[in-house]
Amino acid sequence: MPDFSLWPLLGIAVVMLGFLLKLNPVLVVTVAAFVTGMAVKMPILSWFESLGTAFLKTRNLPLILLLPLAVIGLLERHGLREKAQSWIQQIKAATTGRLLLVYLALRESTAAAGLTSLGGHPQMVRPLLSPMAEAAFEQKHHSLPDKIKYKIRAMSAATDNIGLFFGEDIFVAFGAIILMHTFLRESGIETDPLHIALWGIPTAIAAFLIHGSRLIRFDAYLERQLKYELKQAPLQEQLHD
Amino acid sequence: MISMTLLYYVAALLFFAVAFFSAKDKRYSSALFWFSYGLIFLLGDFMPPALVGGLVVLMALVAGFAGVKGGVHQTLDLQQRLESVKRLGNRLFIPALMIPLLTVFSALVLVHIQGDGWSLLDPKNATLSALGLAAFFAVLAALYFTKEKPQQALKESSRLIEAIGWAFLLPQLLATLGLLFNQAGVGETVSQLTSLYLNLNHPLLAVACYAIGMALFTVIMGNAFAAFPVITAGIGMPLLVLQHGGDPAIMAAIGMFCGYCGTLLTPMAANFNIVPAALLELPDKNAVIKAQAPTALLLLGVNIVLMYLLMF
Repeated sequence: MPDFSLWPLLGIAVVMLGFLLKLNPVLVVTVAAFVTGMAVKMPILSWFESLGTAFLKTRNLPLILLLPLAVIGLLERHGLREKAQSWIQQIKAATTGRLLLVYLALRESTAAAGLTSLGGHPQMVRPLLSPMAEAAFEQKHHSLPDKIKYKIRAMSAATDNIGLFFGEDIFVAFGAIILMHTFLRESGIETDPLHIALWGIPTAIAAFLIHGSRLIRFDAYLERQLKYELKQAPLQEQLHD
Repeated sequence: MISMTLLYYVAALLFFAVAFFSAKDKRYSSALFWFSYGLIFLLGDFMPPALVGGLVVLMALVAGFAGVKGGVHQTLDLQQRLESVKRLGNRLFIPALMIPLLTVFSALVLVHIQGDGWSLLDPKNATLSALGLAAFFAVLAALYFTKEKPQQALKESSRLIEAIGWAFLLPQLLATLGLLFNQAGVGETVSQLTSLYLNLNHPLLAVACYAIGMALFTVIMGNAFAAFPVITAGIGMPLLVLQHGGDPAIMAAIGMFCGYCGTLLTPMAANFNIVPAALLELPDKNAVIKAQAPTALLLLGVNIVLMYLLMF
């Protein structure tokens, strides 16, 4: 047995158990925070204090999601999604997979240039990207069952994330590079931040190739799903009768 | 001028609006949730931290026991929407594109507007205050084009906030948990454990162990930045750099990317995975993670190979 306490890890166990049992994540995380505090014998009042202090410190987190919502909501009320859909339908060559591929290339290259706020879920994926990706499919197949719509939306969100993550990390002024540089310096190793950023490039290219090739095959995958869905639909109607 | 405090007040206003509309709708537990959230943004700096902690627990309980319910919102019907589209045409895109373009412009150019002791944007939080400025002008433009009253903007943001629901709280709560984990010494315990049990002589095994360790610990913490110092101090430095003589810059660069593969796989990274699922109104909250999983796993394998080939 190790000669140090394993109690601090109890919170991690709570989190894993909670997610495995599919309990409400907000509740799981709160209980994990409580268990962690109790496991290291934190007095209850100072537990509330550290919870409050940490929560105040992280108030900047919801802002990035919150600030664009009023604009997006107003424009949606007046048909932004419909407009985005009719716009993409004018481009005959557009398919869901190709559209997402172009977005991946733009998102990753602009993030690599430090322009991370050009995309994002509230301001780009919900109002523009996913309606366009859905419309491109509907245009071609004249049908868009819910299951397929949800797959397209999830892939749109995934593409935004992947483009952002593997682009921004080769931008030299990005926080992660600074973090790595500082950490290595504190461990007594001098590195050049530019060096760290450059060695990120092979992975950034690999990320583009892997996700890009999935997107190229995404159209065929959706087509198979549609055929399956259409085969299932009459069966379900019979069951309802 | 556009300080974080100002943005917190704006957030408070938006949350109070949600509370107001849900109270009007007789959904009192939702109203309580959003009112508490607004209160923390408005008065948080003046409250004793323990009271803020109490409010957070209250919100978590309301959210955890399904007390945050979405409302029924009046939207224009399809016919009216299509008429609007016809009337507004491409102008509909202008406010939407103003947000990203104006944010970038402000963060790069307007950030330099400053006098002594005064600046237009908060230089420490340039992107966020630039986003605030961009969103403000985009709202004005949207109101101008659509000829709606300002109240409608509050109603619309409330509609979208309620569509996201309790998932709104999750990113902040997880960051809070991360800070508590730090206080409790979770990182030290993990790196002590790994140095106790791992004794790897082959460099490929050591590389795989570091890469998978970064991904796994990111899955647990929800944040690659939190995993990096722990796993690099625990496995990376002693095994890869000191024992096998690998290049630390390459280890760090690719190691962080292994962490990002973990970020794509975990509900703990709520703002990237769970919140977008809620925002896109997906019934399966893990749908985005499932879409990302094949890319993340393949890329983790590629990273192991790259690190092994490039480092030594």
